[in-house]
Amino acid sequence: MKELMLGNKAFARGLYEAGCSFVSSYPGTPSTEVTEEAVKYDEIYCEWAPNEKVAMEAAFGASLAGVRSYCGMKHVGLNVAADPLYTMSYTGVNGGVVICVADDAGMHSSQNEQDSRHHAIASKVPMLEPSDSAETLSFVKLAYDLSEEYDTPVIVKMCTRVAHSQSVVETSERAQIAKKPYEKNIPKNVMMPGNAIKRHPFVEERTEKLRKLSETASFNRVEMRDAATTGKHIGIITCSTTYQYVREAFGNTVSVLKLGMVNPLPVDLIKDFASKVDTVIVAEELDPIIENHCRALGINVYGKDVLPICGEFSQNLLKKYLSPIVTGEEYKGEDVSAIEDAIPNRPPVMCAGCPHRGLFYTLSKNKCTVLGDIGCYTLGAVAPLSAMDMTLCMGASVSAIHGFNKAGGGENEGKTVAVIGDSTFMHSGMTGLANIAYNQSDSTVIILDNSITGMTGHQQNPTTGLNIKGDPAGKIDLEALCRSMGFERVRVVDPYDLKACDDAIKEELAVKAPSVIISRRPCALLKNVKHNPPLRVNRDKCVGCKSCMKIGCPAISMKDGKAHIDNTLCVGCGICEQLCPVGAFESCQKEA
Amino acid sequence: MSTKNVMIVGVGGQGSLLASKLLGRLLLDEGYDVKVSEVHGMSQRGGSVVTYVRYGEHVYSPVIDKGEADVIVSFELLEAARWLPFLKKDGTVVTNIQQIDPMPVITGAMEYPGELVEKMKNSGAKVDALDCLKLAEEAGSSKAVNIVLMGRLSHYFDMPEEAWMKAMEAIVPAKFLEMNKKAFELGKNA
Repeated sequence: MKELMLGNKAFARGLYEAGCSFVSSYPGTPSTEVTEEAVKYDEIYCEWAPNEKVAMEAAFGASLAGVRSYCGMKHVGLNVAADPLYTMSYTGVNGGVVICVADDAGMHSSQNEQDSRHHAIASKVPMLEPSDSAETLSFVKLAYDLSEEYDTPVIVKMCTRVAHSQSVVETSERAQIAKKPYEKNIPKNVMMPGNAIKRHPFVEERTEKLRKLSETASFNRVEMRDAATTGKHIGIITCSTTYQYVREAFGNTVSVLKLGMVNPLPVDLIKDFASKVDTVIVAEELDPIIENHCRALGINVYGKDVLPICGEFSQNLLKKYLSPIVTGEEYKGEDVSAIEDAIPNRPPVMCAGCPHRGLFYTLSKNKCTVLGDIGCYTLGAVAPLSAMDMTLCMGASVSAIHGFNKAGGGENEGKTVAVIGDSTFMHSGMTGLANIAYNQSDSTVIILDNSITGMTGHQQNPTTGLNIKGDPAGKIDLEALCRSMGFERVRVVDPYDLKACDDAIKEELAVKAPSVIISRRPCALLKNVKHNPPLRVNRDKCVGCKSCMKIGCPAISMKDGKAHIDNTLCVGCGICEQLCPVGAFESCQKEA
Repeated sequence: MSTKNVMIVGVGGQGSLLASKLLGRLLLDEGYDVKVSEVHGMSQRGGSVVTYVRYGEHVYSPVIDKGEADVIVSFELLEAARWLPFLKKDGTVVTNIQQIDPMPVITGAMEYPGELVEKMKNSGAKVDALDCLKLAEEAGSSKAVNIVLMGRLSHYFDMPEEAWMKAMEAIVPAKFLEMNKKAFELGKNA
């Protein structure tokens, strides 16, 4: 059946059709929907793991037990899971293992723009890279076959434009894959030096076999230009979504070598292609990996000397940078319409009623140094709150505050906090907390417990008490966990109560002891959260002092010198009401 | 035929994903190759969001570049102006006249530009502006703004109304179907 399908949904369909029966992932844009779609198939067991390393090791365990397994993550998640990956390359698999890594060129929703192909090369694990949904579906199935035939995990690399674009796919039935027996095999699966040293040559031989396969396999394909095209013969070597931009920009006037496997890269195929054209261009987003491979083969190519290394590509970007080479003419750009006015930016903001707002307002008011983390609350860095000093990676707030306070002593300890969400804390905040407990800095860690993984679109986690299907599951008690690590000062505040937040932060910063504040209130967007009626402004009382504007609430603006509330956005959280010196905010309900 | 380009723009949370789903379904049913590119993640938190819909005999790129859109469908007036450079010279903007203040306006750092419909027209674009929120409420729900816009967009698509209705039946939950059909008609006839 023909269907229009999101790349990530096509990935999940590929898992289903390939007979995958075990999925363990940690959410991360743009990879999340693979797992959210996979869970809709009853034949596949799915779970959210606390982090990517755990997910990959769980998938490894399932493979060891004999089933086809999967784990998915965003590019930075693969850094967390790099440890198991690099050695799973040595052990290989029992049931096939497919790993999704989704890169985010253009940083639509990420803290860096790393190119995950480096991990494939460094771990010596094969990597396939589809360019649309149909290819995603077929590559996932191919990946399982390669995984079992070549005894290796296989990475299928997505990018934002493949993961989050819908294109047409044809679906088929699920393959009936029998569970393989588990057989104890110490030399293959126990990676201590004496065994691993014998597996390394296997890895090198495997890479060479896969390289040979890549010379002739259909996942790498040559498309020669229209016979009618005259002029200099341009050949473009490309992969992923850039292939689509190449075709969009230059049609069939250029020859294309489209690489579906980006590790290992073919040698003879590339040499042969280069020999048939006058000029070779390598068009790839982010780092010059295919380009460097070509240069190492002694092939003269255009690459990052003409194309950008930063950001996403598009058809017009390729026309801009490559037209002088392809057509011999400058690309002048499209004739566009525009208005003259400066258009105000519309950056993402904390939602109206977001429980993080009251806490960040309090941190801002107390002029705290705030070591932040990854999640919706990173938006606490945005004006007017501007209450964040650092964001690095998952869990870094808790680890970094310890170093910051040890180095800075009492002066830092008295005004610095770490803020981390519930899901991020479970991901990699706990180990940092253990370091504070063990090596004793008087650090104050605030866990923003909104009962969900927010930014990636509401996934359950070990603190919510629900599993990926929303059914009851184990629930980790944050207070008990922190106390068991040796924190004597653990307190819970409601971030809608500004005075309670202020008291808690002042007291915990003043005390000479490590402490944890749990700021607890569910995300305002959760369906089961009951809201108060919206507030309205009594214009007779409002003096236009703008005290309520300090919290950056998207529901509040100034109209004719007085505060105004958009009642389609307001959820009646009452933070503004607590800031108003003249009591101008009233509940709409009282009015009725 | 050459590939046609439709952009759907708005503010995160306004319901543009349903609109693109409907369009995708319609175009696939009509036998076109289709690509739809969406934005998920951080920008959805009240940020400026854009969806690209491309259709034709064979569609390569999933994205629309500057100067390429045949139609821009906008859920919010400022967003129509923001994405205007993506419109072809003879293209059309179909926009809701609703205004949602972005943070620089809320904080008073900038003003929401006035007379945007006129200014866009003066730039050479064809602009079809309507009060979708009012029409959606008339149809029965403020959430039907997306379907009102789709009704209006149907003027610029050479496809029978039955095809739109068929796509709607496939996409919209049964209990909201009648309300959405009304929203579609109100948008179409506005």
